[in-house]
Amino acid sequence: MSAKQLYLRGIKDGFPICLGYLSVSFAFGIFAVGCGLSVWQSILVSMTNVTSAGQLAGVPIIAGGLPLIDIVITQLVINLRYSLMSVSLSQKLSPRVKLLQRLAIAFCVTDEIFAVSISQKDELETPYMIGLITTPFWGWTIGTTLGALAGDILPAMIVSALGIALYAMFVAIVIPPAKKSRSVALCCLLAMSMSVAFRFIPLLQKVSSGIAIIICALVSGLLFAAIAPISDEKSGDGSDQTSSGKAVEA
Amino acid sequence: MIRTDVFFLYLFVMAGVTYLIRMLPLVLCKEKIENRFIKSFLYYIPYAVLSAMTIPAIFFSTGCLLSAILGLVVAVVLSLFEHKLLTVAIGACGTVFIVEWIMSLIK
Repeated sequence: MSAKQLYLRGIKDGFPICLGYLSVSFAFGIFAVGCGLSVWQSILVSMTNVTSAGQLAGVPIIAGGLPLIDIVITQLVINLRYSLMSVSLSQKLSPRVKLLQRLAIAFCVTDEIFAVSISQKDELETPYMIGLITTPFWGWTIGTTLGALAGDILPAMIVSALGIALYAMFVAIVIPPAKKSRSVALCCLLAMSMSVAFRFIPLLQKVSSGIAIIICALVSGLLFAAIAPISDEKSGDGSDQTSSGKAVEA
Repeated sequence: MIRTDVFFLYLFVMAGVTYLIRMLPLVLCKEKIENRFIKSFLYYIPYAVLSAMTIPAIFFSTGCLLSAILGLVVAVVLSLFEHKLLTVAIGACGTVFIVEWIMSLIK
């Protein structure tokens, strides 16, 4: 595939993410202005961070004039999951992706962009990644702008319906491999159960949601890597990645 | 209103921390990892992360629990038939919209 085709495919694959981002960032725009940021400040926060949970935690700190170290700690804790994703993504990038391109791609490693990247069969090339980042980035920016400018442009029912878009996409990424491999399915079930526990068990609720996700993923991933390691020939790094790293059935 | 210079200081630190978290692993892990355990771990991690992020958060992502549950059911069914991401996303959004619209009529 030519660079242009790859780029356009990235744009297309980024479209559902963009759709979801519009609603999430719209809500963020309303929130940021409500906290006391101006419209342009809210937009700048979105354009430089591109992270929903991190921004939601960061803005009250900025607006409230809390110590600078607070913002360092919250961003570290909430966004640490991105480093797990980046390690995973680093294994999927084609060797042709050079340092400067990696520096650019790193800017937009979000939950959703990561999710779509790893669901690709082939190694990831720069044009595809740039395309994949473009639409969600502008969706994120435009949504924030609209939300910051006028909280009630969109009817509540549409905002509510868009709220499920990103999660639906996660479902669409997880289900197909889980259907094919029992170990993946069980690993997902374990992560979900732990996540439910962190949400509803009083003592565990004290753990921030960012940390909770890291714990759920680490425990499930480590456990299944130990009891159901993937077979070598299937986890190859190259040309025929149709069943890349399919898990050996436990 | 926050002073502009203070705002930019906070913005710089916030964006900087977020970027470093994403950038360092992506730039430092250039070699393909050969260790089977680590490879298996990295294979499972994305699915574990996405599962933990989706459940239970999806139930609180819409106007009410019922629309979220039905939206999830539609997303799961469409995914089982391996429809494209966009189809699944639109199917779930449409379901939520219709359910909440019907509920607003009943009220």
